[in-house]
Amino acid sequence: MFNWASTLTAVAMVLSIAAGAVASELPAGIETIGRPATDNELSAWDIDVRPDFLGLPPGSGDVWQGEEIWLEKCAACHGDFGDSNEVFAPIVLGNITDEDIETGRVAALQDPAVARTTLMKVATLSTLWDYIYRAMPWNAPKSLTPDEVYALLAYILNLGYIVDEDLVLSDANIDEVQARMPNRNGMRQDHGLWSLRGEPDVNGDTCETDCEVDLTVSSSLPDYAMNAHGNLAEQVRSVSPYAGLWTAPEEAAQVAAPPVAAAPETLLGQSGCTGCHQMAGQLVGPGFDAIRARYAGAENAAYLEQKIVNGGAGVWGGIPMPPMPGLDSDTLQSIVTWLTAATDHSGEES
Amino acid sequence: MAGEQQEQGQLRLAPESFLAPDLVNDIQRNGVDDARRKLLRGAFAAASAALIAPTLRASDDPDIVNVPEWSRSLGKPVAANPYGLPSPYESNIVRRQSPGLTQTDQASVAFTPLQNLFGMITPSGLHFERHHQGWVDIDPRRHRLMINGLVETPLVFTMEDLLRLPSVSRIHFLECGANTALEWGNVAVPTVQYSHGMLSASEFTGVPVSLLLERAGYDRKRARYLLAEGADGSSMTRTINLENALDDAMVAYGQNGEMLRPENGYPLRLVVPGVQGVSWVKWLRRLEVGDQPWAAKDEASHYVDLMPDGSHRQYTSIQEAKSVITAPSGGQKLLKQGYYCITGLAWSGRGSVSRVEVSVDGGRNWQVARLEGPVLPKALTRFNFDWTWNGEEAMLQSRVTDTSGYTQPARAQLVAVRGTRSIYHNNAIQTWRVGADGEVHNVQLG
Repeated sequence: MFNWASTLTAVAMVLSIAAGAVASELPAGIETIGRPATDNELSAWDIDVRPDFLGLPPGSGDVWQGEEIWLEKCAACHGDFGDSNEVFAPIVLGNITDEDIETGRVAALQDPAVARTTLMKVATLSTLWDYIYRAMPWNAPKSLTPDEVYALLAYILNLGYIVDEDLVLSDANIDEVQARMPNRNGMRQDHGLWSLRGEPDVNGDTCETDCEVDLTVSSSLPDYAMNAHGNLAEQVRSVSPYAGLWTAPEEAAQVAAPPVAAAPETLLGQSGCTGCHQMAGQLVGPGFDAIRARYAGAENAAYLEQKIVNGGAGVWGGIPMPPMPGLDSDTLQSIVTWLTAATDHSGEES
Repeated sequence: MAGEQQEQGQLRLAPESFLAPDLVNDIQRNGVDDARRKLLRGAFAAASAALIAPTLRASDDPDIVNVPEWSRSLGKPVAANPYGLPSPYESNIVRRQSPGLTQTDQASVAFTPLQNLFGMITPSGLHFERHHQGWVDIDPRRHRLMINGLVETPLVFTMEDLLRLPSVSRIHFLECGANTALEWGNVAVPTVQYSHGMLSASEFTGVPVSLLLERAGYDRKRARYLLAEGADGSSMTRTINLENALDDAMVAYGQNGEMLRPENGYPLRLVVPGVQGVSWVKWLRRLEVGDQPWAAKDEASHYVDLMPDGSHRQYTSIQEAKSVITAPSGGQKLLKQGYYCITGLAWSGRGSVSRVEVSVDGGRNWQVARLEGPVLPKALTRFNFDWTWNGEEAMLQSRVTDTSGYTQPARAQLVAVRGTRSIYHNNAIQTWRVGADGEVHNVQLG
């Protein structure tokens, strides 16, 4: 088993040998920081599987076992046949041909009209094994046994017509199945974005004056899509050289309040207002809906302020509102701004 | 939508600064009696100040003449917010999702509001979020970093261990490889937050990966790649080129002077300067040294760039030079003619920004922009450009050239080589059209 003392000695020896070459990089004493990992620790965390299947645990599973597990643990997101796009992109849609399996290139990837699926893209079977084992199911990652992963993978591959339904997938035959992966020859690494010394495939112009350009607007956002990201007027700082475009529908404009004047429910609660007032309808005092309807408009702010601070009676009935002198200035301002803001948005963004 | 023009600017005057006009008129006509004085006193602590203030004339700014209440009251105590918060008036400056982009919020994106930010650092709370299986709160006392693979001795470090080791602090940008992905084929989003907001920058503090590899005694002859692995449910993995790892990568715990935010990988993440964000594995638990890449899910199924011939580029990592004007930008409106300071960001994964040029006529003519210092490698560089808007249509663009000699391409140049379906690594020149009405819209030319 693991021997602490001998390992430390070995580390010290290695470091002392290495120290001659890299003395400037490792300050003295650093070899005592951190400790050797144990075998148990390594096997608990070192779960990755490489394309050459280094790291693949032994085990096996068949298509029928896979279907059972799939329906229980996977189908809710991916659909019974792995073709759902409700939650995630489809795993399989049937766009793989026998010829693809023969050549190792999925021809449909050249067709922009064809939706791309996992099995159309992934070149390496190890990727799927590794990912399912470490990260699936979605809400209970790392709960599957190796045998269950083999079975699930067999089921998925059968859905894609890559293997027959009588396949028992195992560590012994996985490389044979890899040789049938339909896009196994579809990946390339001969591009400039991998190595620090990579050459760019595109380089821009450096023309400075009277450059040849096509100023035709070929694409812009249609008007109906301008509010798909909410009201852009609320996504710019309130003090800015530029206003945000008002993209909320007009109905929303009728009730929308500026961000700082958002309904101060917590303030109303903390300040004791909700003991007598509710959002809609008379309680002890009038509802906030009635107050906001009557006093909408900034010109009513000063009046409401003094009513809240001093209290009063007679406006809404005989029960007096007690004075609220303890409200701090910010809270008072927030409440009054909110009360008067109901129909006071027009021109807010101008 | 536009209200009446107001001389003080586009903002409505805060209503709480006014006395009710009826009360003002009443007092002007009848003077102040006890009842009226009581009204004033009740409303404002310094009602007497208002009484002796000069009558408001049309040319007066009421926010000056009526001395604001914050100038006439006691402020809040220290430590009212033991961890400071932005002003409530900034409550709309937040990360936002692009509706409909993803079907689950655990595998989704929240974009940084670039249109509202200054300088070259992103506030940690506004750093964009991109998670693949949700984010987690990790107890740092129970977090470990393991180093294994082609090393003399597999090692385990606690957070205390890592914090004892010699540290470095560097400012770097972090851009998702899928930033601007929605714009390959056509305009799809209205503002720079959604078109370019998977971009942030921080000062990161941590331990150089090279030091940890030395400490573990990595195999210099065989080692070519690193696998980085997270401790979250997805335990996301990415292959890192050893040359990147030894060059300037670090295992970071610090972000802008404090610990990382949980959404950004607390307590430990990998920092791979110049490389796309997905490789900056969050909640980092393990680094494995190897001699082959791993073809992990996010480098075999996702984050592979589809080319027109149906092949996929795999392990596309480096973020090439890119720039964007952040203000004025899509979804905004210029309120009047005259001077504007066009401002934006430029960056390169291959080095430093050497030059940024701005065009206001859709790329026909270019002029050099001012770079705000400091200009650092693989960091955001802020640029500014003086512009007088004469009320006519304008097409605003920026383009960057980096220290490797690479110049940011036009969209047509990029599409000619890569098509429109590669999703990742769209670093095309962005165009904002300013209409004669002052409205700014996201457009594509040609």
